[in-house]
Amino acid sequence: MAEASRSRKYRVVHYVNQFFGGVGGEEKANIEPFTIQGPQGPGRLLEKLFREEKADVDIVATVVCGDSYFADHQETVLRDLIPVIRGYDPDLVVAGPAFNAGRYGMACGAICRSLEPLGTPAITAMYKENPGLDQYRKTVLIVESSNTVSGMEDAARKMVRLGIKRLRGEEIESPKTEGCFEQGIRKNYFHEEPAYRRAIDMLLRKINEDPFQTEYPIPFFDRVEPRPALPDLKGVTIALVTSGGIVPTGNPDHIESSSASKYGKYPLDGLETLESKTHQSAHGGYDNTYANEDPNRVLPIDMMRTLEKELGFKPHRYYYATVGNGTSVDNAKKFAKEIAVELIRDGVQAVILTST
Amino acid sequence: MAKEIERAGIPVAHVCSIITISQTVGANRIVPAIAIPHPLGNPRLPPEEEKELRRNLLKKALAALQTPIEEQTVFS
Repeated sequence: MAEASRSRKYRVVHYVNQFFGGVGGEEKANIEPFTIQGPQGPGRLLEKLFREEKADVDIVATVVCGDSYFADHQETVLRDLIPVIRGYDPDLVVAGPAFNAGRYGMACGAICRSLEPLGTPAITAMYKENPGLDQYRKTVLIVESSNTVSGMEDAARKMVRLGIKRLRGEEIESPKTEGCFEQGIRKNYFHEEPAYRRAIDMLLRKINEDPFQTEYPIPFFDRVEPRPALPDLKGVTIALVTSGGIVPTGNPDHIESSSASKYGKYPLDGLETLESKTHQSAHGGYDNTYANEDPNRVLPIDMMRTLEKELGFKPHRYYYATVGNGTSVDNAKKFAKEIAVELIRDGVQAVILTST
Repeated sequence: MAKEIERAGIPVAHVCSIITISQTVGANRIVPAIAIPHPLGNPRLPPEEEKELRRNLLKKALAALQTPIEEQTVFS
């Protein structure tokens, strides 16, 4: 019986974005969902690895959607795509790996979360700083991947191992063993050592400054209390900050189009609006056509000026910009801390931060 | 960035296209924008209407900064 179920053929549907679907890069991120019969891109690697592990898997279809299109139309995309995916009668759905691509990670998480309650097992993979992780880790099994596509093979192998367990209905072991992120599920089991002994062992290790591992990590939620509201706008200095990569033409500080290691500070004195001649987008994570055409679409200087006159606040003399595209959390924190020090020194009382 | 600037003591209105990301990273005053490649604009609208749209979004962000809140709030 076990042998029979092992030799059965499994049907897998794979979800990828426009890039891995072979459509194109950022300029195609607005593409509507479509389906390809059979594997495509990383799906071929997945299929090969499944078979290497002696699982008779066919990737029957690859579902592709542009990252921006998904993010902008999540509800309708899910409403349309979930029945399409289920129409292939899959034993498992694999999404990604998404690495550190934020929109892609969010899409992979959303697809898996929608499928699981319908009885279709679904797994994905992403980097630990992908925003899709915190959003979906509790409801979706997410394999840990590297932050860039260079870790494709490693991520695919881990996904395949986990995927086979789900196909065969085998028990999923601890997140560490499986190479996935913790879901916050506590499982009871009988330990051979009683708790008092483990506690004393751990305490001794701690006293001796030996490495030890807690049995129950305390979850850490980093939240900041909302600051009080501004009582009045009159005379208040408000600064604009953007992660949308709007910089003076030519990108004088050479802010990287992804994984930015710096930010820029640029003057607004005498500027009534931003123009395509003077400013541009340096962001590599979205199609820059519209932002280059009219940079106010990302950094609204024209309307800041109009509202300045109407409402009596003062736009700060400089704006700050970086590229929020796979930028590490540590870098973003560092930028913001430095920016905040300057803003406070310069008497800025509020910030409008725009993100693409 | 929104969270760290706020931590330093300055209220932030985060105008952003993907609200769930903003919620995850811990912004407190969140204003949903139009779309990823043009958060404060819409190239499909005639110029005057597009400006009006941008003006309204910015006014919403300013209103958010003037609204006392106790927890993460989306100003949609």
